[in-house]
Amino acid sequence: MTQTWVQSVITLLVIAAVTFVLRALPFMLFRGNKSVPPFISYLGKVLPFAVIGMLVVYCLKDVSFISGTYGIPELISILVIVGLHKWKHNLLLSVGGGTILYMLLVQFVFI
Amino acid sequence: MFRVAFPKTIPILFGYLFLGCGFGVLLAKSGYHFLWTTFTASTVYSGSMQYVAVDLLNKPFNIFNAIIMTLAVNIRHVFYGLSLIEKYKGIGIKKIYCMFGLTDETYSLVCSQYVPDYIDKGRYYFVTTVLNHCYWITGCTVGGIIGQFVEFNAKGIDFVMTALFVVIFLEQWESTKEHSPALIGVGCTALCLVVFKSFLPMLATYFLIPAMICIFTALTVFKAPLERRLSK
Repeated sequence: MTQTWVQSVITLLVIAAVTFVLRALPFMLFRGNKSVPPFISYLGKVLPFAVIGMLVVYCLKDVSFISGTYGIPELISILVIVGLHKWKHNLLLSVGGGTILYMLLVQFVFI
Repeated sequence: MFRVAFPKTIPILFGYLFLGCGFGVLLAKSGYHFLWTTFTASTVYSGSMQYVAVDLLNKPFNIFNAIIMTLAVNIRHVFYGLSLIEKYKGIGIKKIYCMFGLTDETYSLVCSQYVPDYIDKGRYYFVTTVLNHCYWITGCTVGGIIGQFVEFNAKGIDFVMTALFVVIFLEQWESTKEHSPALIGVGCTALCLVVFKSFLPMLATYFLIPAMICIFTALTVFKAPLERRLSK
């Protein structure tokens, strides 16, 4: 543990609170018969796609492509995940298979 | 009510047990007692954010960073709510819990499922939300127990988060012909990451803030052409 247990509780409760506010916000803002502004509904159509793209990059933020293992285990695993998912469209298989493959790669191949 | 709602939640049952388990193992392998996974699953109840939370817990305490990351990861939920304002209207006090439990999966169920007329809609949404929450808490706790008591080399298990987002990205990619919003997300974030790592390594932790501003600006600037292409 990097944080003390009090710090951990605070961190988790802050995350929980912000998440709840985000989920409840539209119900609070657009109560009654107020209609949703067109710009907001446009964002609703495009933002979820952009956000997931952002999160994929976020996950790879600590991968170095110029040193260490050059991001090869990550690249191989992602390609396999894409392949598995195109093949079976099974979330469990793709996520589980990709993770286990990555663990094997970093534990036995790219040490 | 249970008999109507339960069958529709079965795919979520398996998904949540599995993803929850992954989170539980991850948190327990970071040195947390398995009850922490139960606590997190009960209070945060957000799959992707809980994975990011493990990342945050493994760094020095920083509330500001926790808020920014939660905003970045969960901002999409604002838009889930927008499309449910009508559906959740007039279901009373249950609404507070339904808002709390509005995860991606619950949203997709509530959105897509046809509810027969003789069913009390408020109760149906409520029961669906409760069931999913129970699956999630169970999955996370089981994972926590495994992570705490089963000895194995967990190196690389944090890749489960990457795998999850790659699959979600792929599913979204296949769900539409208009890929520019997804590419804007990847492009802006990659650009900010590289710029911050190269020139401002001290601030690299916060690269998501400029990335979000960048994404928002790009989506605003290209609103007209994007909307034209979306409506095709």
